[in-house]
Amino acid sequence: MKPDDPGPTGYNFAYLDEQTKRMIRRALLKAVAIPGYQVPFGSREMPLPFGWGTGGIQVTAAVIGKNDVLKVIDQGSDDTTNAVNIRRFFARTAGIATTERTTDATIIQTRHRIPETPLAAGQIIVFQVPEPEPMRRLEAREAETRKMHALEEYGLIRVKLYEDITRHGHIATTYDYPVMVNDRMLMAPSPIPKFDNPKLDRNPALMLFGAGREKRIYAVPPYTKVRSLDFDDHPFEIQKWNQCCAQCGATDSFLDEVITDDRGGRMFVCSDSDYCRQRLAAGQRAPADQPDSAAASVQAAT
Amino acid sequence: MNTETDTPLLRVSGLTKRFGAHSACCDVGFEIFPGEVLCIVGESGSGKTTLLKCISAQLQPDHGSVEFDTRDQGLADIYRLSEPMRRMLARTDWGFVFQNPRDGLRAGVSAGANVAERLMAVGARHYANIRHEASGWMQKVELDARRIDDLPDTFSGGMQQRLQIARNLITRPRLVFMDEPTAGLDVSVQARLLDLLRGLAADLGLAAVIVTHDLAVARLLAQRMMVMRGGSVVESGLTDQVLDDPQHPYTQLLVSSVIQA
Repeated sequence: MKPDDPGPTGYNFAYLDEQTKRMIRRALLKAVAIPGYQVPFGSREMPLPFGWGTGGIQVTAAVIGKNDVLKVIDQGSDDTTNAVNIRRFFARTAGIATTERTTDATIIQTRHRIPETPLAAGQIIVFQVPEPEPMRRLEAREAETRKMHALEEYGLIRVKLYEDITRHGHIATTYDYPVMVNDRMLMAPSPIPKFDNPKLDRNPALMLFGAGREKRIYAVPPYTKVRSLDFDDHPFEIQKWNQCCAQCGATDSFLDEVITDDRGGRMFVCSDSDYCRQRLAAGQRAPADQPDSAAASVQAAT
Repeated sequence: MNTETDTPLLRVSGLTKRFGAHSACCDVGFEIFPGEVLCIVGESGSGKTTLLKCISAQLQPDHGSVEFDTRDQGLADIYRLSEPMRRMLARTDWGFVFQNPRDGLRAGVSAGANVAERLMAVGARHYANIRHEASGWMQKVELDARRIDDLPDTFSGGMQQRLQIARNLITRPRLVFMDEPTAGLDVSVQARLLDLLRGLAADLGLAAVIVTHDLAVARLLAQRMMVMRGGSVVESGLTDQVLDDPQHPYTQLLVSSVIQA
């Protein structure tokens, strides 16, 4: 892409300068070539703090083009602060179209969720990653964890799962659940709920992961095998709820608990706001005999 | 002692390690056969620990070779093996018992996870089986298996040392390196630990290299011993022979300076 007319904002197209984008694209190519491998890159200062999506925003800036349509979600929702601000940032600095509909987007930047609507071939999903190294809390030395990845020594991550079962009776990791990519590389899927892990497996979309503070980029190419780790006698399971979404009645989506008053009233609604809205538009409603949500409780997978 | 085989488990020859002008190990050579326990004794700074690091692939020597009897290639120089193979050896055929249990244990996870880590590293994937094996090994080192879910910090020093031993033995290594395994423990705990080690070495046919400055440890555990001073081996031979009839002046000094209780 050639340097563009800075336009009224005074910034280059999509904020980053062209050399930086080239550097990030080189890292991305390498990341796609070795699924799950963490490629170091020269993370730039961005006009938002580390932890708010600096990695994701740099990856998006490097891959976005004039004809792209961008969707940004945070915890599944299009209208949370982080999502609104990043969407507006690219609308201003790149002048591209934005959308809230999963099916209309060519690039989806996300924090903590994968949309419920299945992604299609040709779409790119960009994850914001706080900690790219799945074994970091067990092994603090970067040199050592890199060596473990290189030599495929993944006994340590089992220790974490073992400890989970020992303390809680089941694998209590519910988000950032470690996965094996392409039967070779151990990968942190970013803090998505484990509910979303099955969506990583053989997904037709290109999945890119950017960690700004840790200066790492990794990727899962389309249709790549992604397996969640488990034990033979404690197989991987996703979260389940014993009710449906209080608005659209969906039984197959990740539900958020919403406190409705200060007397213990609460309801469960889809975390993916676009999915819920599409279902409502199609006339789907929660059944009237939905159990009292105040009495219902989230049932964790056991 | 198993003397049926002619192939040593570990053969060290001409091993030299310098730190600048200072020579920490100078032309050291010895062999260990399966089931044999060798003690390396000497004062602080005599190069014992450097030697142990060199022969356990933690520190590359400047000269000399360290050969280990690998399962598939026979005697092979460990520094010529590929790094994956060397690390594989280190977590299957070898064990490391550190002086300070904190160096050898993971403080953040339970005793059971500590003991079972190597098992999971070599591919165990069934939680109940892993746990069963871990508790079996805790019993073998005379720990209460009911404490399998406690953190290592809640164990006493001697018990932590046992935990470290169980953690190493779970993959049934053939050679265990120990650096001052009983230092820092009180005398009665030391005695029990030595007794346990002697029993395990005999039961499992374990070969061991033990670095110590405590001659009693050598007397109790080792068939053979080496006395080091200033980086060189000044005397070596059968333990009883060296301790009862020391030839070298330094060994005589060492033996005579043991306080008799």
